[in-house]
Amino acid sequence: MKVTVTVNGSEVAADMPDRTLLVHFVRDVAGLTGTNVGCDTSSCGACTVLLDGRSVKSCTVLAAQADGREVVTVEGLADGAGEMHPVQAAFRAEHALQCGFCTPGMVMASVSLLAENPAPTEDEVRSALEGNLCRCTGYHNIVRAVLAAAADRQAASGS
Amino acid sequence: MSILGTRVVRTEDPRLLTAGGTYVDDVKAPELQGAARVTFVRSPIAHALITGIDASAALAAPGVIAVLTVADLTDLPAPPPPPEEGADDAGAGAEGAPLPLGGHWSEPLFAVDRVRYVGEVVAMVLTDDRYQGEDAAELVSVDYEPLPAVVGFDAALADETLLFPPAGSNVAVTSGIPADDAAFADCEVVVEHTLVNQRLAPVPLEGRAAAAAWKDGRLTVWVSTQNAQLGRFILAGLLGLDPAAIRVIAPDVGGGFGAKIALDRDALLVAWAAKHTGRPVRWAETRSENLVGMTHGRAQRHIVKIGGNRDGRILAYRLDIVQDTGAYPRMGGFLPFLTGLMAAGPYDIAHVSTGRQVVVTNTTPISAYRGAGRPEATAAIERAVDLFAAEIGMDPSEVRRINLVPPDKFPFSSPCGPVYDTGEYVAALDKVLAGAGYSELRAEQARRRERGDLVQLGIGLSSYVEITAADANGGETAQLIVHPDGTATVYTGSSAHGQGHHTAWAMLVENELGIDMAKVTVVHGDTDLIPMGVGTYASRSLQLGGIAVHKAAVEVKEQARRVAAEMLEASEADLELDTERGAWQVRGDPASSRTWGEVAGHAGDAGLTASVNYTEGQPTFPFGSHVAVAEVDTETGKARLVRHVTVDDAGTVLNPVLAEGQRHGGIAQGVAQALLEEMIYDADGNPVTGTLVDYAIVTAAELPSFELLTSETPATINPLGFKGIGEAGTIGATPATQNAVIDAVSHLGVRHIDMPLTPARVWAAISEAREGR
Repeated sequence: MKVTVTVNGSEVAADMPDRTLLVHFVRDVAGLTGTNVGCDTSSCGACTVLLDGRSVKSCTVLAAQADGREVVTVEGLADGAGEMHPVQAAFRAEHALQCGFCTPGMVMASVSLLAENPAPTEDEVRSALEGNLCRCTGYHNIVRAVLAAAADRQAASGS
Repeated sequence: MSILGTRVVRTEDPRLLTAGGTYVDDVKAPELQGAARVTFVRSPIAHALITGIDASAALAAPGVIAVLTVADLTDLPAPPPPPEEGADDAGAGAEGAPLPLGGHWSEPLFAVDRVRYVGEVVAMVLTDDRYQGEDAAELVSVDYEPLPAVVGFDAALADETLLFPPAGSNVAVTSGIPADDAAFADCEVVVEHTLVNQRLAPVPLEGRAAAAAWKDGRLTVWVSTQNAQLGRFILAGLLGLDPAAIRVIAPDVGGGFGAKIALDRDALLVAWAAKHTGRPVRWAETRSENLVGMTHGRAQRHIVKIGGNRDGRILAYRLDIVQDTGAYPRMGGFLPFLTGLMAAGPYDIAHVSTGRQVVVTNTTPISAYRGAGRPEATAAIERAVDLFAAEIGMDPSEVRRINLVPPDKFPFSSPCGPVYDTGEYVAALDKVLAGAGYSELRAEQARRRERGDLVQLGIGLSSYVEITAADANGGETAQLIVHPDGTATVYTGSSAHGQGHHTAWAMLVENELGIDMAKVTVVHGDTDLIPMGVGTYASRSLQLGGIAVHKAAVEVKEQARRVAAEMLEASEADLELDTERGAWQVRGDPASSRTWGEVAGHAGDAGLTASVNYTEGQPTFPFGSHVAVAEVDTETGKARLVRHVTVDDAGTVLNPVLAEGQRHGGIAQGVAQALLEEMIYDADGNPVTGTLVDYAIVTAAELPSFELLTSETPATINPLGFKGIGEAGTIGATPATQNAVIDAVSHLGVRHIDMPLTPARVWAAISEAREGR
């Protein structure tokens, strides 16, 4: 079937088998390989993208279900001038990534979390990221990065 | 001011954060244009004879290019012949025997006439796209004649069913020395216990992956590995090619944890298939495939026996190890040797000995997993010390303090063989106890016990010493070039897969030469650019690969001094390098300065370059102490880690940001072993935890933030004082957490609970203890 998805602001259209997963549409059709596949049971969250602004695991969404909708991947987060999104910047400042494989999904999940809850507690961050697995960092610095990004935004909006 | 020891964020991150890394499945090299997808057909049965393979239905399916089996392996050079019947099995039984053992125990690329574990490769399907591959693989019909499965230590040792009938036993290696009861004769107290260090799955977030192209007599292989050079060496031998005809590239690698050392058979087959069919191929395993196809770790059973006096002094310790090495003795055959090497832990015990057996079972092969034999050694003795402390009624911190190797005994010769280089073991223990507020924790525990709270508090300790760069003599390579534009390039034989080598190596160059690290490019993992290298594992990179970079920088500096002296018409002795500005000058005359670019430009064809192959004569021995604080719900058995405080001393720290990251990750994996993770098989050898829904990989929600304390006791073997930090967290955290949970319920009469400390196990232990009273 023919599917048309707006990916990071650009329209991408292709004819593909009905069963094509959104993650393979993003990787193979749109050519954006920042989004990774880390499992086959919707457990790891490495494939997390924003679908109409909300985080989804793109390995568990058919490309057909995204037809006519808007997808944002990690490649689409930085602004036009190439400035990193505050969550990306916080991940770097806090050393919240090592091998980088879970990172795109982890960043997208964190962006989605902060959109829903701009000032989360540590427990809320840990609970919200339970569906995103990281094997390198022990989550310590990921949690710190999300809290730092939230604090920075609170400070910026307060000033 | 020197950049060493300062907090520097990583140079790797902007790319990883904004575009994502380029892992094997992301590689878009022109050679891989039109690559076929590889899908493996794996055995669904633990132990069986193969009586037939029919690929006709698969070959007729859409998109199928080929179905390959052992019958197609006609173009490989003959492997070495098996040993004569009755001959000594390729050194089996000898210390440090070459592994995998080969001979009777050798592992085929494709299963030949028998499968020995669920997940073993039987055939591979090449298709135009990945979905077609999954469909077609299901159509390959394999006839199996099931055999009884050997699962678990006792079934293996019983030798009723043999995995390798010509070997005559399931015991592949027996080593160590016989138990000596005389050592325990003078002990007032002797405690003995059986402990299981359970099987774990490494689960790097990127599974195994490989892509390969054969063109004009040259093979290019992209593979998710911890050492491209070793991969090239193995491929050359397997395929009968000149190593120069093979290029192995490790692109970004999404974690390894020891399970990506060299190349698995699956990756070898991918490379072979490209050459065999002439078509580029690529493979990235699924997670379900990964959980049975990638090697597992740990899987040891221990019998610990510890003896001493009621004043707390430990006099004798015996550790008997059975290593389940899975279906084929890969590196798993070597792990108990490492466990035995470190069996004595950080203690000064007069009599320590180990006995070791390696057995095969119908399960996924065992290999290195973060720590590789050393976490097992630490878990065994740290449980034993707690059992001993409980028996004599002394606080476990006090027993440790009495028995830790005192600072005036270094270098310390362990009765197990190694010489511990430098250490401040008692200071590390005291520091972590103070940092955790140990006496207040004990007071809170007493209050909860007094009140009979449902949620009890446990405090667990672990003191450890570990061996890093155990193969220090293997060394590591580095080449450094300073270019006429003032930039520098480092080619390293180390192979980063998350550790931050690119940042660390650039810091080392800046430190020595004053070239801004932003101008230093680090290259790794490409055998065309770096033919010789060893790789990243065993916490070896900084102390070998990093020191190699440092030594190369020192050499380049001396070259530059000669060139600059010529340029400035001054004597070499009068020249100085201003590392703040990165410029050469006549001493005290900044006006005379020449930049690195100018000096490199003047150096002529030889340029400014140095190649170093750095070896260390001996390994190093990091150490530390951990305190874990756990809460246990005594009604449900649910244990929760609420604090984890550590001192991990790995010598001089180059970049605290990176060192802390290594500690965090290790702690999480260590805690996960204690509380959550286990790869489980049923009695027929079927994996019960074969997906991430069933295998309980630790999440953010199950962990607290960690409390890290600093301690730096420099190594003396290398000029910058480095030891390895990659595995310390895993080694220290597991026993501390296990001890904490057991401590929380010890007043109820519980002495020991095997890992993982799931609610069911903790609840059962509490119930048993209550009934026993």
